[in-house]
Amino acid sequence: MIDWSVVVGSLPDFFAGLKVTLLLLAISLASGLLLSVPLAVARVSPNPWLAKPVWLYTYVIRGTPLLVQLFIIYYGFAQIEFIRESVAWNLFREAWFCAWLAFAINTTAYTTEIIAGALRATPHGEIEAAKSLGMSNFDLYRRILLPSALRRALPQYSNEAVGMMHATAIASTVTLVDLTRVARDVYANHLATVEAFGTVAVFYFVLTFSLIGIFRLAERRWLKHLRPQTDVTPADAVIAK
Amino acid sequence: MNDVLFRAANISKRFGQTEVLRDVSLEAKRGDVIALIGSSGSGKSTFLRCLNLLEQPNAGSIHLNGRELRLATDSDGSLKAIDPQELRAFRSKISMVFQHFNLWAHMTAERNVMEGLTVVLGMSAADARERAQHYLQKVGVYHRKDGFPAHLSGGEQQRVAIARALAMEPDVMLFDEPTSALDPELVGEVLRVMRAVADEGRTMIVVTHEMSFAREVSSEVMFLSKGVVEERGKPSDVLLNPQSERLRAFLSNSLK
Repeated sequence: MIDWSVVVGSLPDFFAGLKVTLLLLAISLASGLLLSVPLAVARVSPNPWLAKPVWLYTYVIRGTPLLVQLFIIYYGFAQIEFIRESVAWNLFREAWFCAWLAFAINTTAYTTEIIAGALRATPHGEIEAAKSLGMSNFDLYRRILLPSALRRALPQYSNEAVGMMHATAIASTVTLVDLTRVARDVYANHLATVEAFGTVAVFYFVLTFSLIGIFRLAERRWLKHLRPQTDVTPADAVIAK
Repeated sequence: MNDVLFRAANISKRFGQTEVLRDVSLEAKRGDVIALIGSSGSGKSTFLRCLNLLEQPNAGSIHLNGRELRLATDSDGSLKAIDPQELRAFRSKISMVFQHFNLWAHMTAERNVMEGLTVVLGMSAADARERAQHYLQKVGVYHRKDGFPAHLSGGEQQRVAIARALAMEPDVMLFDEPTSALDPELVGEVLRVMRAVADEGRTMIVVTHEMSFAREVSSEVMFLSKGVVEERGKPSDVLLNPQSERLRAFLSNSLK
């Protein structure tokens, strides 16, 4: 049977863990999105000096597990004397900083590829129309390519955001007390598997569907131009007959 | 008023080894409507696209209002504008209407028309909106101004695209087969708008398969075949009294 006193008793800890998870997710996604827009522009550039380094970066990051990246930053950098003796050590000895850095580097790589793919999918005619009116390349990106690509990238980016949310569980391995870490502590203290991991599963579940709900609202707002005009679905139309 | 407004001289273009245009020239006075006709592959669309440098010719020169657009040979042998800013200013005076409309999908009809005005001409949003609405009204799609391109019919989209080009109040308008991607019953509404634009005295260069439009609206018809001008002249002469075998064959095919 479920021991509800364990669940209720540890709820304050779970909510504290939720705060850590959400904060880590928010700063990682925000910095990742900010960085990946210029990187995606570089990624699709015809200039190889811009495109190739970004390609290499996303290739390496997407080709290695996030856990390994986090361990390299948190444990690996601590082995390097040069870093330990520099001012940077003040940052690298902080678990928070290392987790944020690893997550940001990771999500930036994936988001860059998502946005680059969306940029490449811009209909060529829309680019020609902008050029034919005398738009500069800068305006072309600012007014046409990026607004259109970021909208197109939204459904795929929502997957990346949800994936990133689940991946924050990895932060528990470097001493951050996030949701997963709280669950492990509750389990260790009470040896109550269902109470500990069942509760945290419910937290993640609610979090996931809230996130998906937010993205659905965003798509409703920004992908209006792709939706069929009436709210009548084909199935409705058949029933109406 | 009889001065030459727009002139393209000896435009030549190669794609690799294939020569698609050889020494094609064109002169337009203010208010001229020049129809470019020819079978597919004759080079007429390529020629039109060379006029605003969407396609880079290998040789030739382009003049607008007596000023030559400064071109230099690129590493691949094609001509490129020396000064990007000069090219942009030049393009803003020559607007183009495309076969596939090429409206910006994420913007409403009104935004599509406003965009060039605010971004390229530097107009304020309020002025741009007013001008956009004026031209949307003119082409008869004002009631659809808040619609997105995907929610408009092909004919409506093309009329928005014409409004977008008109709103720039350009010296010359280029039309690249503007009715070829439309369902037959939608062709008429676009042609009516184009006639109205021509009647206003706008200078137009139109690649078209609509022989009735060429005959009734244009001031000059150019027949291109295999990248050269085979015949040119008044529509009554060229279309009703073709001299070359190729044009005769083309006309008998397109009047079917």
